[in-house]
Amino acid sequence: MTTLTLSKAINAGLRKAMENDPKVLIMGEDVGKLGGVFRVTDGLQKDFGEDRVIDTPLAESGIVGTAIGLALRGFRPVCEIQFDGFVFPAVDQIVSQLAKMRYRSRGNVSLPVTIRIPCGGGIGAVEHHSESPEVLFAHTAGLRVVACADAADAFSMIQQSISSDDPVIFFEPKRRYWDKGEVDVAGGLAAALPFDRARVVLDGTDVTLLAYGPLVRTALESALAARDQQGPSIEVVDVRSLSPLDTETITASVRRTGRCVVAHEAPVYAGLGAEIAARVTEQCFYHLEAPVLRVGGFATPYPPSRLEDHYLPDLDRILDAVDRTLEF
Amino acid sequence: MTVESGGATTSAPLEQPAADPGLIQLLTPEGERIDHPDYPLDLTAADIRSMYRDLVLVRRIDTEAISLQRQGELGIWASLLGQEAAQIGSGRALNANDMVFPTYREHGVAWCRGIDPVKLLELYRGVSHGGWAPEEHKFHLYTIVIGSQTLHATGYAMGIQRDGGADRGEAVIVYFGDGATSQGDVNEAFVFAPVFNAPIVFFCQNNQWAISEPLEKQSRIPLYQRARGFGFPGLRVDGNDVLACYAVTKKAMQAAREGQGPTLIEAFTYRMGAHTTTDDPTRYRLASELEMWKLKDPIERVRAYLVRTGQAEPEFFAEVDAEAKQLGAQVREACRTMPDPPPLSIFDNVYAEPTAILEAEREQYASYLDSFEEAGR
Repeated sequence: MTTLTLSKAINAGLRKAMENDPKVLIMGEDVGKLGGVFRVTDGLQKDFGEDRVIDTPLAESGIVGTAIGLALRGFRPVCEIQFDGFVFPAVDQIVSQLAKMRYRSRGNVSLPVTIRIPCGGGIGAVEHHSESPEVLFAHTAGLRVVACADAADAFSMIQQSISSDDPVIFFEPKRRYWDKGEVDVAGGLAAALPFDRARVVLDGTDVTLLAYGPLVRTALESALAARDQQGPSIEVVDVRSLSPLDTETITASVRRTGRCVVAHEAPVYAGLGAEIAARVTEQCFYHLEAPVLRVGGFATPYPPSRLEDHYLPDLDRILDAVDRTLEF
Repeated sequence: MTVESGGATTSAPLEQPAADPGLIQLLTPEGERIDHPDYPLDLTAADIRSMYRDLVLVRRIDTEAISLQRQGELGIWASLLGQEAAQIGSGRALNANDMVFPTYREHGVAWCRGIDPVKLLELYRGVSHGGWAPEEHKFHLYTIVIGSQTLHATGYAMGIQRDGGADRGEAVIVYFGDGATSQGDVNEAFVFAPVFNAPIVFFCQNNQWAISEPLEKQSRIPLYQRARGFGFPGLRVDGNDVLACYAVTKKAMQAAREGQGPTLIEAFTYRMGAHTTTDDPTRYRLASELEMWKLKDPIERVRAYLVRTGQAEPEFFAEVDAEAKQLGAQVREACRTMPDPPPLSIFDNVYAEPTAILEAEREQYASYLDSFEEAGR
């Protein structure tokens, strides 16, 4: 086991993928010499060359559009979008082209493109650098959408995403890039949980708390705080795969606890929590002791960073929702 | 560019003439005035002194902002160091009723449009997304997503053609960088503007670097030559020469006003600092490059010119320095004492009228915050 930060774990996963498959390419703005603004691709251009780690012109639609062309030619491009708020110029290529090619070609064409997007807030950034656009992609059939939350998952999930024959939107929790975890870099992926499965990260009996990406750590801290204060026993589930959802793991947990809270940074309104709440209600109706509650961003644009602590769900807001579901 | 592997996809070095004959310059790095037949200068000594003052003051704002970021008072800062002449020269060439569309680095142009520098700090401190009223200053909000504003500017110019603004001599200038020229939006603006003969000037500050990527990662030809393919004129000006930037902008804006359509101005300059305060340029560029550009400093040459020609006395420079110092202190103090916005302001200005769902969220959050006060926390 090696102790790595989440960003270094993705770097190690990218390196493995490139070593294992010469068709894997990395492309994006500043991914080469600079190693990306978060250094996730640090050192890869030096070791794999400029043909495999490509500093592209500054054009997100161009990055994804040419990645599609490279994939048609048999490559497995891994695109980096520098920040969540910069993915939108590429949305036409992602939604209209990338997601639909298999369907349009009646299965004749696969586009194994991975799009890495640092997401979420909490780093004191200016506009367009703190967004959570996952639900736009989750709503687009044909895309797999995943979010890693810790170093070990970051290492395995990036490799699983790259080897997937479907296009994958891979969300990286930017404020957790520096969080450290134990990673089995030498080991293979045989023991790793498939990237389309959710995972119970803390057992509990009173409430199921679902989170993904940056809020998994917040959810764990909330559950541990509750435990320390002899409060409710909270089961924390890392959703991991936002599309398709692993409803089996999610509903199994809710059936055990009878209560469910979903937390994400994205606005509650029409957020992923709405889909989860609907499915949990449909599939666990007779097990539920209370309505499914959601905690998330407000139905506003992401605010100036001095207010982001209000916007982002924190331990207090999550435990407030837990209390409300218990008091129902 | 070096060829490290494979080679097939790596382009050869760009052929760049040592002295580009197309570079418009009116003041050499050594501070010598050069006449250009197309750009006679109508500036008095007082005008040039005033430009010098602007250059020094905006550099001071920039220096102060970098320090404030280092001290934790700003979340981030995008420095204009090295680009002062491009911004002050072009900014001062505008009429009061011209409209400006900036990127997030146009602190010098903002200064020319009368925007309080503290308003810029608000944005980088995380207190607002850009709190000024654009029409009041004829200066749109900073646009952070690269290149989007070129289309807004083009549309605004199309509006001027349609609402009588053209008769009042209004025109538009839009700022963007070398990296932005790769964006689809910018290329679409280059299509729309000449097709509609819109009264707009595209002012590209080519500061040579898009974060870590040098110009050859964006273009195989000099940027000003791009315009020709879209059907409008392009020219390259010494972006560190405030007089030349003033003159070419003045002329291009006049052409726009007179119905001659768009012009692309490539201001050839250099980002002397980091992309932003979170960037580390030592990872991707040589210190010698910066040293070379320091010799072309946009402020020093004006100072040398004013001194050499006896158009400014030592007292003038002392006064400007004192004013800069005072401005720095003022900006610093205003930043440090800037209050955070009230939490519930998050819910303001999302729609023209409040919506039921948003109001419910506001009320819910207000009572949530109150619950802490009641609990005495």
